[in-house]
Amino acid sequence: MLTFILRRLAIAIPTLLVLIVLSFGLMHFAPGNPFMGEKHLPAEVMRNIFARYGLDKPLWQQLGEYVWNIVTRFDFGPSFVYKDRSVTDIIKQGFPVTFTYGLWSFVAAAGIGIPLGVIAAVRQNSWADYVAVGVGIGAQVVPNFVLAPILVLIFTLWLHWLPGGGWNDGKWNYVLLPVVALATTYVANIARLMRSSMLEVLHSNYIRTARAKGLPGYQVVLKHALKPALLPVISYLGPVFVGMITGSVVVDVFFSTGGIGQWFVNSALNRDYSTLLGVTVLLGALTVAGNLAVDVLYAWIDPKIRY
Amino acid sequence: MKLQTMIGAGAFALALLGTSALTAPAFAASVPTGTQLAADQTFNYRVLDNINSLDPQVLEDVDTSYVAENLFEGLYNEDAKGNPVPGAAVSYDVNSDNTVYTFHLRDAVWSNGDPVKASDFVFGWQRAVDPKLASPYAYFLGLVGVKNADDIVAGKMAPDQLGVKAIDDKTLEVDLSHPVPYFVRTTAHTTLFPVPQAVVEKFGADWTKPENIVSNGAYILAENKPGERVSLKRNPKYWDNANTVIETVNFLTINDVNSGVTRYLSGEVDQTDVPPGQFPAMQKKYPDEAHSVPQFCTYYFDINMKNQKVDALKDVKVREAMSLAIDRDILVNNVLRGGQTPAYFFSNPHTAGFTPPDVDMAKMSQADRDAKAKQLIADAGYGPDKPISFTYVYNTDEGHKRIATAVSQMLKEKLGINMQLQDMEFKMLQDVRHQYNYDVARDAWCGDYNEASTFEGLLQSTSSENDSGYNNPDVDKALADSQTAKDPNPQYQTVEAAIAKDVPIIPIYFYAKVFLQKTNVKGWPYDNVEQVWYAKDFYKTAQ
Repeated sequence: MLTFILRRLAIAIPTLLVLIVLSFGLMHFAPGNPFMGEKHLPAEVMRNIFARYGLDKPLWQQLGEYVWNIVTRFDFGPSFVYKDRSVTDIIKQGFPVTFTYGLWSFVAAAGIGIPLGVIAAVRQNSWADYVAVGVGIGAQVVPNFVLAPILVLIFTLWLHWLPGGGWNDGKWNYVLLPVVALATTYVANIARLMRSSMLEVLHSNYIRTARAKGLPGYQVVLKHALKPALLPVISYLGPVFVGMITGSVVVDVFFSTGGIGQWFVNSALNRDYSTLLGVTVLLGALTVAGNLAVDVLYAWIDPKIRY
Repeated sequence: MKLQTMIGAGAFALALLGTSALTAPAFAASVPTGTQLAADQTFNYRVLDNINSLDPQVLEDVDTSYVAENLFEGLYNEDAKGNPVPGAAVSYDVNSDNTVYTFHLRDAVWSNGDPVKASDFVFGWQRAVDPKLASPYAYFLGLVGVKNADDIVAGKMAPDQLGVKAIDDKTLEVDLSHPVPYFVRTTAHTTLFPVPQAVVEKFGADWTKPENIVSNGAYILAENKPGERVSLKRNPKYWDNANTVIETVNFLTINDVNSGVTRYLSGEVDQTDVPPGQFPAMQKKYPDEAHSVPQFCTYYFDINMKNQKVDALKDVKVREAMSLAIDRDILVNNVLRGGQTPAYFFSNPHTAGFTPPDVDMAKMSQADRDAKAKQLIADAGYGPDKPISFTYVYNTDEGHKRIATAVSQMLKEKLGINMQLQDMEFKMLQDVRHQYNYDVARDAWCGDYNEASTFEGLLQSTSSENDSGYNNPDVDKALADSQTAKDPNPQYQTVEAAIAKDVPIIPIYFYAKVFLQKTNVKGWPYDNVEQVWYAKDFYKTAQ
């Protein structure tokens, strides 16, 4: 197992390098540059700015220095647009925000979605199933950019219970709406996945055997069916978890949380090369880690799997 | 319509200050006696997510300059009408030909208690032009005439050669390369703010972090969370602190204009923009809160004059016909509906000292314009059997799309012109325009300073902002002459006449700032077309 983990980590390094090179190339291929505003800067001014940020050097050299600084000093450089902060500052400030509401969203999505799917499968074609599937489909068809304004309309404008945006250092009433907006769609996905996977397991031979032994229903479900039925859900949850803690553009922009999610889009639009690369590397590294965690969980849940 | 352009907007207007201005009182919150003040004096202001730096010599957009204008104070500030009032300086002297200004500083201190010295200004101005800092506004000092600024930016001279020196701790002398009668107004611009030398040298790029920053304005930085909020609190060491009422200023990031309205209605912000087209409805529903005031910007179309691929657009008759056929009244009254005004010439009519030109088109009825347009198209040899087709490019935005759609319908119905619409990301549009790689493109300009050259100068063949690629020696000459003319209006009329005749651009409308503001916020400078505001001039009444 340890060798497996080490091997996977070793593969992660070239993966991230490829990611950096590709993103770097695509970024510089896009027209425009970080310093183009609505005003055209005089050539001398632009030259000074390019020199200051090293953009006057050949691309391969910029790329080399970028990677070198990360490897040797873990330095992602200064933001080209938010000029008095470094990319590390931006991540340090934004990541805790998205991590907080992402984690709660994950807990909510998994905590509601999995039981919902199990109940729907166990009581297939009963009212409980219909309710669970109905709720699931309902949540699925309302995307978060529709749900978020509806939530604000109800809880901010009509009821005056919760603020319509902002973060306020993660006070619970500021966190609640972003969590609901982000988690809802995932609740639906998880519930549907769990239901179909559970149904499949419940129809397998060993479950029939368990039932034939005379085991009570709850024991059959919880002890014998749940673990294997969770496998496909877990492989889905890995990337979902990473996606959630790195935030959502919609949630960050709509609720003005200051989270990291909006930086993906902002920095791409602003051509803020260093910030875009920084958040891409962050997301890449977390995805690699997330997938590794899923594989390890697999081995733990399913004894048939050996690495 | 990113208002990145409006920085500097607050800067200056062409008006020679008489000696009376030397002793003019500072502007501060003037609360009438008997006013019941609100217990909570917090001003919550909506910004787009573009607070890109708090360093006065580095920052570069409008919202960011609002933060800096509340944190720091330049030699002079602006009053509610945009006229200069003493800030860090109490008075100034100027020589007879307006080339040497001597400012006398007041006894004021930084938020850490150190005195504000003339050398802090010298330090700030020198770093603004220093190639090492690479300020995007480095060119500003050359623009307003500070001696040697351009050569220092170009790396030909050392920053200490800049035409500014501290005669003593309280006296600052500025040498200009040419007469600039309106120089005092430019000192309200953030690029010319002082910075605390000792603090900047100690912390380097980190000096603007909340734990390090020291400022000389009415407020000090409490929190800076990009994408969420920037909070300022009252600076007890500010020289006019006794007259400051607002305790806290929050700049809250709300990107979406509709969320802005929601959070305004729920009381989270005191002011927000009205979404395009919704002003009449808002005015009806909230008559005391909805405002529309002129804004110092012009919306226009560029026609590619340099590298035009569509033959028809090379014909001035076609260009003029297009300009005539665009019904600006419909655009402002039915599409925008926010108090914008039709534009038949380029310079914003609210420009100080500018006499709006007498353009024929403005006096015609739309029916006459349409008739003339049809005639011009026929004269040019185009018609149903030989239709004109071209592509119009604009940056993705609901408002721009509405304008584009309406204009394409007008041109199709009246002149049979096929105007295909293509939207693109903003940076891409800039690139396409600067490379002259388009047929017709959307453009807009907000004045850098309150004088008509800020608009007319764009038509100069050598201007880096001349995105239509218009090249007319007469225009170039008129613009060169305007710099030394006592009254430059005749030259500006020449430029406007050339625009009307050659139609390298089609002016569409003059902007308006359309916003909702809580009725208990007092002191907002509605009459300042550049919308420069200082929270120290506001107060909130009890509801």
